[in-house]
Amino acid sequence: MATQHSRSAARLMMSPAVILLLGWMLVPLIMTLYFSFTDYRPVALPPTVAECCVGFENYVRFFTASAFMDSVWTTLIMVGGILAITVVGGILLAILLDQPMWGQGVVRILVIAPFFVMPTVSALVWKNMFMDPVNGLLTHLWEFFNATPINWLTDVPLFSIIMIVSWQWLPFATLILLTAIQSLDSEQLEAAEMDGAPAIKRFWYIILPHLARAITVVILIQTIFLLSIFAEIFVTTNGAFGTRTLTYLVYQRVLESQNVGLGSAGGILAVILANIVAIFLMRIVGKNLDA
Amino acid sequence: MTMTMRALLGATALCTAASVVSAQETTLTIATVNNGDMIRMQGLTEDFTEQHPEIALEWVTLEENVLRQRVTQDIATNGGQFDVMTIGTYEVPIWGQQGWLVPLDDMPEGYDADDILPAIAGGLTVDGTLYAAPFYGESSMVMYRTDLMEEAGLEMPDAPTWEFIKEAAAAMTDEEAEIYGICLRGKAGWGENMAFLTAMANSYGARWFDEEWNAQFDTEAWSNTLTDYLDIMTNYGPPGAANNGFNENLALFQQGKCGMWIDATVAASFVTNPDESEVADSVGFALAPDNGLGKRGNWLWAWSLAVPAGSDAPDAAKTFIAWATSKEYTELVAENEGWANVPPGTRTSLYENQEYLDAAPFAQMTLESIQAADPTNPAVDPVPYTGVQFVAIPEFAGIGTQVGQEFSAALAGQQSAEEALSNAQALTEDEMSAAGYN
Amino acid sequence: MARAVTTQKKAIYTVAAWGIGLLIFFPILWTFLTSFKTEGTAVADPPVFLFFDWTTDNYTVVQERSNYMRYLWNSVVIAGGSTLLGVIIAVPAAWSMAFVPGNRTKDILLWMLSTKMLPAVGVLYPIYIVLIRLGVLDTKGALIVVVMMINLPIIIWMLYTYFKEIPVDILEAARMDGASLRNEIIHVLTPMAIPGIASTILLNVILAWNEAFWTLNLTADDAAPLTAFIASYSSPEGLFYAKLSAASTMAIAPILILGWFSQKQLVRGLTFGAVK
Repeated sequence: MATQHSRSAARLMMSPAVILLLGWMLVPLIMTLYFSFTDYRPVALPPTVAECCVGFENYVRFFTASAFMDSVWTTLIMVGGILAITVVGGILLAILLDQPMWGQGVVRILVIAPFFVMPTVSALVWKNMFMDPVNGLLTHLWEFFNATPINWLTDVPLFSIIMIVSWQWLPFATLILLTAIQSLDSEQLEAAEMDGAPAIKRFWYIILPHLARAITVVILIQTIFLLSIFAEIFVTTNGAFGTRTLTYLVYQRVLESQNVGLGSAGGILAVILANIVAIFLMRIVGKNLDA
Repeated sequence: MTMTMRALLGATALCTAASVVSAQETTLTIATVNNGDMIRMQGLTEDFTEQHPEIALEWVTLEENVLRQRVTQDIATNGGQFDVMTIGTYEVPIWGQQGWLVPLDDMPEGYDADDILPAIAGGLTVDGTLYAAPFYGESSMVMYRTDLMEEAGLEMPDAPTWEFIKEAAAAMTDEEAEIYGICLRGKAGWGENMAFLTAMANSYGARWFDEEWNAQFDTEAWSNTLTDYLDIMTNYGPPGAANNGFNENLALFQQGKCGMWIDATVAASFVTNPDESEVADSVGFALAPDNGLGKRGNWLWAWSLAVPAGSDAPDAAKTFIAWATSKEYTELVAENEGWANVPPGTRTSLYENQEYLDAAPFAQMTLESIQAADPTNPAVDPVPYTGVQFVAIPEFAGIGTQVGQEFSAALAGQQSAEEALSNAQALTEDEMSAAGYN
Repeated sequence: MARAVTTQKKAIYTVAAWGIGLLIFFPILWTFLTSFKTEGTAVADPPVFLFFDWTTDNYTVVQERSNYMRYLWNSVVIAGGSTLLGVIIAVPAAWSMAFVPGNRTKDILLWMLSTKMLPAVGVLYPIYIVLIRLGVLDTKGALIVVVMMINLPIIIWMLYTYFKEIPVDILEAARMDGASLRNEIIHVLTPMAIPGIASTILLNVILAWNEAFWTLNLTADDAAPLTAFIASYSSPEGLFYAKLSAASTMAIAPILILGWFSQKQLVRGLTFGAVK
């Protein structure tokens, strides 16, 4: 269908984006790769400069430290937990919002709101005004019911962060899934209802398959953003109490310890792991792209 | 990439053109921490700009951790984003040695650098050269509720022991009324819980390193320190203490929820200020506790202003620093906010000023605490480093924070004191050998 | 909708949905309310909800400490600029991928998305050093480019899925009529693509507005946006809930209002062509 002419025109139109992204990817990546093979500690006494090479020393140190595997697990639990909560919650909420009701538009506005809140603000507000063990609103709520208040950020730190981030991303999942549900052929559902299929069956055999594609999109986009969660951890626990994700571990090495060589090696490892996750996800989404 | 960048730069230049036209003057970018005294300084800059209309000030106010990360990053890469940096006694000697700071040995006439308290000046001097001017200085001391103390039938000595602190904490705790006998730092960070714990450890006869730079967390002294700390905090501390830093504890104390609080002397003016504190008229002060080993558990710190070597306006920056750390600035604050609120702990003359001593009931205790700290000889046993609540080596920030996380996790009940100490020992040994100390 | 619904059922759905909606919205509402309290009221036990002496002091205090308008303006310039620039670069790319797909189109698209997997903390040093060398640290221009690069993959992806939904027949017809590539784009494609572009712009303004890592680390003063504004309120000394709430409200209000007003477009944009 496409002529040779339009093909080269297309290539031309694509080139700015491709070249820019290639530069954006390669320049920092190559520099990080280079740093990862150096003993680069700019604040040491005397400072060491980025001079090649110390071999795989940094990689070995980063990889063998117990903090590394812990952080990989933390990352997986955190991302997995948030995905589970937002997807399941999003489906339920989308089904509810799809029902006839008064003031649907306003409810949608209420539900969408957390998506507009910047991560730093949301973490600060949750940490101080809700999860604070003395003055937090949740503490007052617990006390109201005569229960022992939970020390959210020290007793269940990982869960607390998962909750905060899920709150931010639930609107996103809900909206995509809601639009998907609204596009569902209502006659098909009605027919099923007439046939006496119970609600759970209708959900399992009609609604869920219809949502499959929307769910993959939610998972893909969210994973990309969730792998780099930073502000929420930085503000709430500073990586203490087992909330140190791989991203945060790299941050500690590069910026807190100012060991750029070691941190860069960690960064490269993070890129490799992220891309394994990415390839896995892309495979699924790639199929859905053709559908 | 470069083309785009240039085009964009052009566009940006147009956008900012308006401000450029009116500003034929020098602009100083000042990075500072969001502590009360600095916020006050921002409110008073008119006085400076009136005296120096050719210098415009731009403030970058950040939370302590963010600030530290930003300025370290900038100075390590010679980014030149800031003309004046607010840094502490930990950074100054290291950065001064690196040659990253502009020496402040030619301050304007009348600045009277000799007036700076010797203990504070010592921490900001490298090889006889002053590299930063102290904005406010602090040690740590015990702040306590006189009314609760009385209720408990106890009397706080001027120089209490840890034994007494424990007894008083037990007596004052009333969990029903949400009154906790003692509030201490638990939030992980070398400048947060480790500042307190390192100072406490000094009074227990512990130290970070022996003279050969071997980590000392496997010693009995550290074990006693941590066990006692955990013991006091779990029994008499507020809930969620493992996330409490200076600011959280200050808020708790101001709300009357703490019986005692051992922390920075600079907090004294906040807890005695009736506008902010519900317990302003019933706060007493005492020296930080000891164990009879000859060292008290108090630290020494000065938030100071320094000029990075990469600044393009070092002279204007020095002019500003001279203003902000001068005796005249102190008087300016006194005029506007009252004597009790002037930045404390930097100048001898302040503690000879009767007006200040009258207005600030904590003045004498602050001075004594500062004088009781000895950065060059902090522990009972000899050490190869300087610094009371920190170890003045570049690697410490990273190590201190990781150790702090171990101790914080112990406070949160996620591991025992022994586990925390052995983890701390292992990671410190590892980091020190990687850095080439042994 | 053909389904007959009893009023009773509708009432139940309404109550449930409103309940959950208010629960989700509550943290924002609470922040807003707290911003009008005094610091003392803000930590009152039991908490007070509506019946307190409303005060705007917190806003005055926050404004005195840092010039809100300046940060706001930087946020507007960075979010708006990066989105516009991104769309200008992305539209041709997405157009050609959607309408003249080659063998590698899908691979390229997925590769673009994978560039978002670079952990920002890992490449901060390199980017910082590059910007210093170019002498553009703390300039809005540099921030616009950096934020644009971060969001470019998402912009291209969104536009691509949008463009793919435009029926090819129309283009064919236009081509038959002898329309040039240029005319094709201007007269046929653009009107059909505008809703998609609009929602792409909206979503990316939000993402750019809330980007907190780069905007905080690459700016000092001249280009510091609202994310830096809020960074000075994380824990000031003493009681600060009311001040924090005021600052938070100021930081999120503009984007919240924009989001609400353009909700319809945004919802369409969020679907990424997931729905046919």
